Formats: sequence, structure tokens, C-alpha cells
Amino acid sequence: MLAKRIIPCLDIKDGQTVKGTNFINLREAGDPVELGQAYSDQGADELVYLDITASFEGRKTFTDLVKRVAAHISIPFTVGGGIHELKDVDRLLNAGADKVSINSAAIKNPQLIDEIAKHFGNQVCVVAIDAKQTPNGWKCFLNGGRVETDKELFSWAKEANERGAGEILFTSMDHDGVKTGFANEALNQLSSILSIPVIASGGAGEMVHFKDVFIKGKADAALAASVFHFGEIKISELKEYLCKEGIQIRL
Amino acid sequence: MKVAIIKYNAGNVYSVYYALKRLGVEAELTDDKAILSSADKVIFPGVGEAETTMQYLRNHQLDKLIQSLKQPVLGICLGMQLLCRHSEEGNADGLAIFPTDVLLFNPSNNEKVPHMGWNTIKPSQEPLMKGIKESDYVYFVHSYYVPVCPYTIAQTDYILPFSASLHKDNFYATQFHPEKSGKVGEQILENFLKL
Repeated sequence: MLAKRIIPCLDIKDGQTVKGTNFINLREAGDPVELGQAYSDQGADELVYLDITASFEGRKTFTDLVKRVAAHISIPFTVGGGIHELKDVDRLLNAGADKVSINSAAIKNPQLIDEIAKHFGNQVCVVAIDAKQTPNGWKCFLNGGRVETDKELFSWAKEANERGAGEILFTSMDHDGVKTGFANEALNQLSSILSIPVIASGGAGEMVHFKDVFIKGKADAALAASVFHFGEIKISELKEYLCKEGIQIRL
Repeated sequence: MKVAIIKYNAGNVYSVYYALKRLGVEAELTDDKAILSSADKVIFPGVGEAETTMQYLRNHQLDKLIQSLKQPVLGICLGMQLLCRHSEEGNADGLAIFPTDVLLFNPSNNEKVPHMGWNTIKPSQEPLMKGIKESDYVYFVHSYYVPVCPYTIAQTDYILPFSASLHKDNFYATQFHPEKSGKVGEQILENFLKL
């Protein structure tokens, strides 16, 4: 049976791992390659490296870091941030990334999803969506949550799915960094309307939150950052716990 | 031992290079036909779209070259699918080493497409699968699959049982990514290098 995936996310700025609370107040959390290796040894199923400031500052993702990660780590990893066109995707895949995650670029130019899928295959294209509950429902945001768009979460996710996305990485900005659990209701709804896997992000604080996101949220994978970086939850212990709770997990 | 990795326009051909390097083997990533023909082992990796990739292979005469190889060849993921006769992806004609077709998964209620993540394989008693147990997980990322056929040497059940690995003559193939499958994947790559 296909296992549910545990994915530590490493937010990268200037070649270092950082993690903010609600996307602000960044603090450093170590070398990205060393940290990735440690996670892989603990049983992480995949890694995500996000160049979090890239779209804001217009920088390209750190190709050199991608090469170092690919050289050292034997599990899949996704790279995101600063991907605007096919050339960026090509460069990152050639540096050794397995998948790319696009966010702002997809909202501004949805056709990019179709192009990535056509050239590299659907599975390469992770569409990341940052969304927040507003008086008008769940709305998507750009540039690390700085700019509200007129896109609605569920219809945009469905469109991305139809255009050829391989996965949806949904971050609830309301839950991100506050450690009270994932946005299970929205996740469950996403999972039921999409034919592709959903990665849940934002809100992990305790082990039970992961159990909930897989059962209540019906997520295919759960992503977290600070609880892993600061050792609050050990991935090996988390996976043993989830296994005992009857969730399909790779030990 | 000389190991060559076929260089073409697909994404992520380097991950195989790095995985071999972690096993102490310095492989050559090349589209040079003489080097590929004379290598002891050839790896045909792949992440990409079937028809786009086949066009590239044909334009560079790599299609004929791959068909002519006599040493052990390992096709990975799209590499495996292109070694088959035909793929529903882009309605692409493949290299027809394995006389079987590649089909698109139909998503079921609980099982999504692509089949993405770690799944277990049922290995048979084949040298490529030496030391691999039924409970071992490997990493898959694919939307198209090869049905179980006489050349299947490992199966996985997702939506339906399909070929996780194939073997015919000097051609071997895995639908999963051994280069991304941690220690289990390393074992399979080592097995291939020992063939």
C-alpha cells in the first residue's frame, strides 16, 4: 500500500534554513544539506527546499544548493521559489531536483502549469497554494502571503489539477506557524475534489496533528518545518506513533 | 567497470549519477554513441514526457543505439516505459524491447494519479531483486503503468497490480526510482552493477 508521506520543509534564505511564524520573523535553523541528510536518516519520505524570498526579490533559486542536496541525499526533493519560466524548471531539474513547486508564477501565468507538464511530465509540477480564510471564503495569496488575489482556493486547485499539476501543496496561512493543527476541513474538501495528491502544510505542532491530517484531512502527505528543525518532534518517533495509530507509513 | 548514463533532454538524469557516486562508482553521463556502446553497464534514466523524449531520442539516433546494446541496460521510470512498445502518454511509439504497452492509470475513489510516493514491491527470485523483501518500500512517481506481463520481475498493487520491474535478455527496468529509494534503492543499483 502507498504510504502517507512525512515531508520536512526547509525554507532557504541566503543558503541557510530559516522558518518564520506566519511568514515573518525569520530565524536561522542550520545548514540545508546537513539538515536534509539528518531528516533522511530519521526516515523523512521527501524534502522540500523553498527559496522563500525568491519571488519577492525576484531572485533565482539556489542552483548550487540543489546540486549539493542531490549529491548527498538519496530521497526525493522538491525545489520552489523564483520559478517563472520553463528555463528555470530545466535548470533546477538538471541540477538534480526531482520536482519543482510553483506558486506566484502559476497564478500570474496558469499556462506555465500546462507547459511544465508537457515538457517534463505532470509529476514534476507541484502547484503550491498559500491561502487564507477571508470574509469571501478561502482566497489565494501571492509573494509569501503579501498580496491577496481574486483566486479562490478550491477552484484554483481544481484548475491547476486540470492543467496538469502533479500535486497540490496547500498552505493554510491561518494555521502556519501557530502549531494548533492543520486546516483539516479545507484539506478534506480539496482531497475530495482533486484527482492528484494533496500535501498539507501549516499548523503542525504535535504528533496527533499528523494523525488528524491523514484521517480527518485525507491528506496524502504532511509537510512541516519548525517542529522538525527545532527537535520538538522527531521524525522517527512520529512515524512509529503514526504506524501504531494504524496509518500506512514507511518505517 | 565503466558505467554510462544516457544523457538526453529529460529532467534529473544527474540523480542517477549521484546515486552511483554514493556507491563509489564514477559513471559517465553521455550521449556519445561509442562510449555508450562500449560501456559495461548502461543506465537509461528518465523523468519526462514520453513523446517529447522519443522525438529527442530519434533526432539524435539514440533510439537505434539503445536497441542495439548488448550489455546490461537498466531503464528507470520513463526509461522503462520507453523500452516498451507503445505509450498512451503522447501516443508515443517506444523502443519495443518489451513487447507490452504503457497505459494511463484511471484514478479510483481513494487512489490518486500520479501514483506518487513510497510503496511496497513484491519481488521475484531475480538477481536484480536480490536481498529485497516484500515489506521494502521504494519511491514511485508516475501516471502511466506497465501491466503485469511475462517479463515482470516485481509487482506493486496500486489501483491494480502493475509491473514495478521488468527483465528481458540484457534489458532490466524499474518503474520506481532506485536512485531515490534510500537503502533499498541502493541495494537494487548494486545488484544491477553486479550483473
